[in-house]
Amino acid sequence: MLLEVAELAVDLMTPGGSRRVVDRTSFSLDEGESLGVVGESGSGKTMTALALMGLTPEGARVSGSILFEGRELIGLSEEAMQQLRGDRIAMIFQEPMTALNPLHKVGAQVAEPLVLHRGLTERDARGRAVDLLERVRLAEPERAARSYPFALSGGERQRAMIAMAIGCSPRLIIADEPTTALDVTVQARILALIDGLRSESKMAILLVSHDLAVIAGHCDRVIVMYAGVIMESGPVQVVLHQPRNPYTLALLEARARPGAPRRARLKTIPGAPPAAHERSVGCPFAGRCALTVDRCWTTPPPEVGFGANHVSRCHRAGEVGFGR
Amino acid sequence: MTLPVRFRPRGGLSLWLGAVLVAALVAAAAVSLVWTPYPPTAIDIPHRLAAPSAAHWFGTDNLGRDVASEILAGSRISILVGVVAVGIGLGFGIVLGLIAAFSKGLVEDGIMKLSDFVFAFPALLSAIMLTSTFGPGVVNAIVAIGVYNVPIIAKLTRATANGVLSREYALAARAAGRGPIAIAVDHVLPNIAPALIVQATIQFAIAILAEAALSYLGLGAQPPQTSWGKLLADAQNVLYNAPRLALYPGVAIALSVLGLNLLGDGLRDALDPKLKARS
Amino acid sequence: MSEAPLLEVSSIVKTYRVAGVGPFARKNARPALAGVSFSMQQGRSFGVVGESGSGKSTLARIALALDKPDSGVVRLQGHSLFDLPRRELRAARAHMQMVFQDPYGSLDPRQRVEKIVAEPLAALGGAGRAERRARVQASLEAVGLKASDALKHPHEFSGGQRQRIAIARALITRPRLVVADEPVSALDVSVQAQTLNLMSDLEREAGVTFLLISHDLAVVAHICETTAVMYRGRIVEIGETDALFAHPAHPYTRELVDATPRLDQPTRAPLAPANGGPEIAKGCPYASRCAFARPLCREDAPALEAKGDGSRKVACHYPLD
Repeated sequence: MLLEVAELAVDLMTPGGSRRVVDRTSFSLDEGESLGVVGESGSGKTMTALALMGLTPEGARVSGSILFEGRELIGLSEEAMQQLRGDRIAMIFQEPMTALNPLHKVGAQVAEPLVLHRGLTERDARGRAVDLLERVRLAEPERAARSYPFALSGGERQRAMIAMAIGCSPRLIIADEPTTALDVTVQARILALIDGLRSESKMAILLVSHDLAVIAGHCDRVIVMYAGVIMESGPVQVVLHQPRNPYTLALLEARARPGAPRRARLKTIPGAPPAAHERSVGCPFAGRCALTVDRCWTTPPPEVGFGANHVSRCHRAGEVGFGR
Repeated sequence: MTLPVRFRPRGGLSLWLGAVLVAALVAAAAVSLVWTPYPPTAIDIPHRLAAPSAAHWFGTDNLGRDVASEILAGSRISILVGVVAVGIGLGFGIVLGLIAAFSKGLVEDGIMKLSDFVFAFPALLSAIMLTSTFGPGVVNAIVAIGVYNVPIIAKLTRATANGVLSREYALAARAAGRGPIAIAVDHVLPNIAPALIVQATIQFAIAILAEAALSYLGLGAQPPQTSWGKLLADAQNVLYNAPRLALYPGVAIALSVLGLNLLGDGLRDALDPKLKARS
Repeated sequence: MSEAPLLEVSSIVKTYRVAGVGPFARKNARPALAGVSFSMQQGRSFGVVGESGSGKSTLARIALALDKPDSGVVRLQGHSLFDLPRRELRAARAHMQMVFQDPYGSLDPRQRVEKIVAEPLAALGGAGRAERRARVQASLEAVGLKASDALKHPHEFSGGQRQRIAIARALITRPRLVVADEPVSALDVSVQAQTLNLMSDLEREAGVTFLLISHDLAVVAHICETTAVMYRGRIVEIGETDALFAHPAHPYTRELVDATPRLDQPTRAPLAPANGGPEIAKGCPYASRCAFARPLCREDAPALEAKGDGSRKVACHYPLD
């Protein structure tokens, strides 16, 4: 198992006290697999990704266990983490505008991990950088390498960031909303590119997104997060077509679907996600959930299995209807 | 040092301390309008250069005048200069800055270039030039200092106003049909006010210092008016006999400037919307 | 119906001059809108779909007379907006309002909700304080907020609630037309659903017609009967929404539909590379990217023409199907 996360928790220190933003989540990822992490804002999905890279903000406390290639990452020294980052684990961020340094040429930035981790000379690394830019299907890779980020479009910058990420052939790539800021046609191409790279090189991908359809099209398995808790996890087609958790079902029903009758009422989720200090002892979705009963407030919901690694955290998982 | 929570103002210690010092300044001026221990201009040669005593709290100067009364009376000039000079700066500066921000194009460039031109002259030198050309006296000193404030406020206004105008709520106001004056009054001014208030306190402090310098050079308050700068100038003559005569006005100036700067810092924090949101 | 269209936009051209870098660089003219025309009827909401660079936001601003085009006419209920004297234009704004994309930037953080929502009334003048307060209350309740919310400040509300406040503001003058520029893009999925439901309700109850601008096909399809697809400053296809997305005639529309991720279908890889070379000045703007481009496409820019029974218009020499 390439990545094994157990009881991962992230607590943020704020002036008002400590806020738990990731609440004892556990999941695993095998070599070459692709796992989607889906949730709305405040679900903890981005903080999970940052915790895996050791990039949580100042004042965040990470606990639990993250085993990567058998090695425990939590508590690892910053030096050791820096050796891993860019080499064995790479990350692609949401905003290509700000993830690339505007003051350095693109080629130099793509070459940087190669110099750092593979000990290449700057000259060799820059040659390899052009190869990488070609591999991510940038038109005119030499010209792109010589350019500054502002000269490239959003999609081109994202490709450059991907080139930077795959340079050292990492085992795991973490992509945090990699296409959210891009046009939909560009998004389709970038996602196809990522799929292509994955099948070429057996990289594992952790794809964080708020868009269920993106996850459906590009991931093998999915975990659905709400208020820091994993509500449901399992193979993507199973979870999205036969959800066993009311939150997953609510998310699916709230999407405007092409082809649905115009102005059909979209099923909404009443209320709002709980603020961190309001989290109850029981299920975080209690109250907003159509199936809420008393024990939802008082007891944390159990994990209920449905075969093929499909798990739902709900007191009434068996009753979740899927006639849509 | 942290104060018990109920005493802790939003702006922190700066705001509290600054407010106290500025209040003391204003109180001194107010009190001096109705009462001073002695008339500040009353000459009393037999008791000149007296040491501080129960009769004369700060002693007397080289002509026997009561220093405490002079300090109190001098505060009036400082406040007058501060208020009027900053007032001139705000009055003209805000208008020019708003015109620049709303007009854009050549008008904006023109106003900014003019501001830069005024800036190019060192402040004190300009004040000296103006007062020596048009004659010394408090009024001219105020005008000289005030004129220098205008480009500072104009530039600040234009920059912050542009920031507001680029926000979507300004566009929404236009879409609602509001004209530029309505937008300036309802949206721009309330949102740039904190920056302007802070700048105004800074300019106030500078005005006091500038007035003191001008009076020291003999270009500011003329006898029989008293000002702290003039007291400093007079103290020069008897510096070896009674150095304390320089200390009193010096400390008065220093405390006023300190108070205003602290007030400005504290206000900046107190008016910060992020802090406001939390309370 | 012989009634004048609610909004009629004719041959709008708008060019932005962008200064090149360096003392000898020429000023490049970038056409934001290269001749856009369409018309909307009362009661039939209209969608405009496009990606970045399509000019859709510029179109929104020009439709509301917030920006002047280089040439072209905008008519609201028959009145040409740019020919109106200033006072009448201001009065006309009562009938056309806007909802913006960013719920955090479109409300003045220093004002109370009451003042924000009443702003269009302040521009019109005439309403006394009591009447303003009553109308603010009605508007807030129409969007599902409470009358007591009028006294709060924007930072006390969530993104979805702020967008409701923005909608309440847009409705207060009882406009016929509301232009919504990406009204739900910045919101979470479940909140998007609430907002879209609200917009549907308002169409019915308040007699409002929306000009909805979005990059998200599903959002547009949910509300709009007719949709126009824009690419690089031109409308490339326009027609009845469901038919448009089910059977696109223009290759770009087809690319958009294919690229939109769907739960029920696997995503289709795009057919042609994105950069087939620089954009050619005279031909079809999409030719360099089009999988079906033929020599004529690079020579001659196609005009928007009716196809079939006239309900669909396409700007393509070789429309699909």
